[in-house]
Amino acid sequence: MTPRIELRPSPHVVKGASVEHIMFHVVLALLPIATFSVWQYGLSALALIVVVTLACIASERLFNRLSGKPSTLSDWSATITGLLLALTLPPSFPLWMGAVASFTAIALGKALFGGIGCNVLNPALVGRAFVQAAFPVAITTWVPAFAPRRFSEFVPTTFTAPLMTPPDIAAWALQAKSVLDGFTGATPLARWKFENVLATPADLLSGAVTASAGETSALLILLCGAYLAARKFMDWRIPVADLGSAALTALVFQMIDPARYPDPLFVLLSGGLMLGAVFMATDMATSPVTPKGVWLYGALIGVVTVMIRYFGGLSEGVMYAILIGNALSPLIDQVTQPKVFGAVKGKKA
Amino acid sequence: MATAPLIPGQKPRSNLEELLEGVWKQNPVFVMVLGMCPTLAVSVSAMNAMSMGLATAFVLVGSSLLVSLMRNLVPKEVRIATYILIIATFVTVVDYAIQAISLALYDALGAFIQLIVVNCIILGRAEAHASKNRPVKAVLNAIGMGAGFTIGLFALGAVREILGAGKLFGVSLFGPDFQPWVVMVLPPGGFFVLGAWLLLFNWLDSRKAAPAKPTESHAHV
Amino acid sequence: MNVLTQPTPSSAAMIRTLGLVATVCGILIVSAYQSTREAVAANKRIALERAVFKVIPGAASVKEFVAGTAGVQPAGATPPLGAVKFYAAYDQAGALKGIAAEGAAKGYADTVRVLYAYDPEKQAITGIGVVSMRETPGIGDKIHSDPAFLKNFVALDAQLAADLKSLAHAIKVMKHGAKQNPWEIDAIAGATVTSKAVGKGINDSAQKLLPLLVPHLDTLQGGK
Repeated sequence: MTPRIELRPSPHVVKGASVEHIMFHVVLALLPIATFSVWQYGLSALALIVVVTLACIASERLFNRLSGKPSTLSDWSATITGLLLALTLPPSFPLWMGAVASFTAIALGKALFGGIGCNVLNPALVGRAFVQAAFPVAITTWVPAFAPRRFSEFVPTTFTAPLMTPPDIAAWALQAKSVLDGFTGATPLARWKFENVLATPADLLSGAVTASAGETSALLILLCGAYLAARKFMDWRIPVADLGSAALTALVFQMIDPARYPDPLFVLLSGGLMLGAVFMATDMATSPVTPKGVWLYGALIGVVTVMIRYFGGLSEGVMYAILIGNALSPLIDQVTQPKVFGAVKGKKA
Repeated sequence: MATAPLIPGQKPRSNLEELLEGVWKQNPVFVMVLGMCPTLAVSVSAMNAMSMGLATAFVLVGSSLLVSLMRNLVPKEVRIATYILIIATFVTVVDYAIQAISLALYDALGAFIQLIVVNCIILGRAEAHASKNRPVKAVLNAIGMGAGFTIGLFALGAVREILGAGKLFGVSLFGPDFQPWVVMVLPPGGFFVLGAWLLLFNWLDSRKAAPAKPTESHAHV
Repeated sequence: MNVLTQPTPSSAAMIRTLGLVATVCGILIVSAYQSTREAVAANKRIALERAVFKVIPGAASVKEFVAGTAGVQPAGATPPLGAVKFYAAYDQAGALKGIAAEGAAKGYADTVRVLYAYDPEKQAITGIGVVSMRETPGIGDKIHSDPAFLKNFVALDAQLAADLKSLAHAIKVMKHGAKQNPWEIDAIAGATVTSKAVGKGINDSAQKLLPLLVPHLDTLQGGK
């Protein structure tokens, strides 16, 4: 390691790559996923992604100005937060609620802690957690994928007037669905949990399921993640530990009671596990920095995700699992630190 | 944060200063951050918050007056017992009064009416102020503190009711289609709103304290 | 200890002070109680009547009773051990309109307390009202507004078994859409926990109250 002094907790840049450079490539890696999501869900997804991202950028600018600091827009971090946040929301999410989520993400998740690199929790997930608690109905209202008229009309809820309740779209969604879509108004995870119906891996992989805007393209997410990992813009160990431990936990439960618990493949492909493992758990500012800590952190998120899915009140647990992992990161760093120092230098300098 | 000395004798304060101390400079909610238990729990609506604030203010004024009147009579050794007795009396009176006025309100406030007994603002005022000052000053100070507490609770309750139900004092503000922010009427909402108000107060405070220094942002490297 | 070296007030002085304070406080409390007693009692009666009239439409007056092993008697100051409290509602003419009683069970956030109406003629539960709950707004609190859920309580079967010891069929909450029998409650989709609390509260209370009450129903008739 080059002994270079950086006055920030992390990322500890070791290879000439700047924050802007890395962040820009993360944006590049997210674009295919966003594009797939638009192809899947049409105009409403596009509007949601654009509005949420712009709202994040505007909030970032506002807090830059309020705190009297130079603009941090050029580091792309607000753009990433916006893109990630939009991809975790249902495509039918009203735009005004998306803007609320964006503002909360930047204000509560980032600006309050002092901006980029100082945040304890992943800003996008803070924003999502807030709207999950504030608008529990809207955030569990889903629309069918690959609806035939998705490029000619918006979901009725998209343009709900600010502060107003979105209209009920159950009837609209049923008539809008395509024939190849087994749309029932619930995500595969919710259907498994509450109705005991398992989606097939083929459906999950092709994205012909009901889900948040950017969580169904498992292969695409892995591909984009592999690109980032190959260019060393992302710590590959976190997604590997996260997905590995989730699969392992699922396998253990399936061996205990195969009738009740689904197979590990379903656990990996459903919900936001992929997106979360590759793009959110790996956020440099909110994950541990020690090699052992990284494994521990990833494994913890995987286990907690499965535990929440199986035993919690909600059907999806990725968001809270990552937030818990984020919150424990400093502690994980502290616990795993001495051994690493001892191994390298023998004695604490 | 520089606070005015509470010990009398250092600087005799005018009656107006006594009255205004609790409203702004030593506001129990926004500056001293005391009595958070009822503040967070009952501030789901403006009406509940106001009622709770007024009930607390009544107990504060009543107990301050009595403590101040008896301040030369009470031996130091039994003063805490005396204060608690006096405070508990006024809480019981308020408890009956609220039941007589509105049972719905009484149910909404729940155990927090009885818990006024252990509200630290009240015992704190009795110990730190009323027991050392003449009745007029003690009552003025208590009125100020009670008003400050009520304002603080109202500020929380109003925001939580507006966002959480689209209403203020039960009057609908945005029509029937309003989308309630469920989180605001749940416990986390209390923390969010309190945090936001504290942020605002500290921000205003810091701007007032340092108008000459334009930016500190470059100084920390 | 150094307390002894300091001038301490005499025990008599301390007792005198505390006694004085206690006397003043006692007078204050008693006078507050006396002056609010009637208003509080009136408030409680109005609140009770409002709640009971809501679940038993057409009722004009309410009386409080307890049902115990010794039969049914008006609720007095000290109800007998193991007795269950209930309310009998009468119409204008003084004829029995229905019975109301309270059930409570643990919901999602806190105890959910409901008041249910029992119709002795139909031997069924004919309405519910929520007494208190802290369920999630927008989800759990649908139990007092969701029309499909309230339809469960138009005629929820609560017949006693032949031996009059328990309900013929325990009242059960089914998953949304799985209701088949008249003694089953169709849960609200997404609010199963709260729905179950309502059902459990009613079942627990009815299982206890109805065996004690039904054999003595005639003592309530024309109870005016």
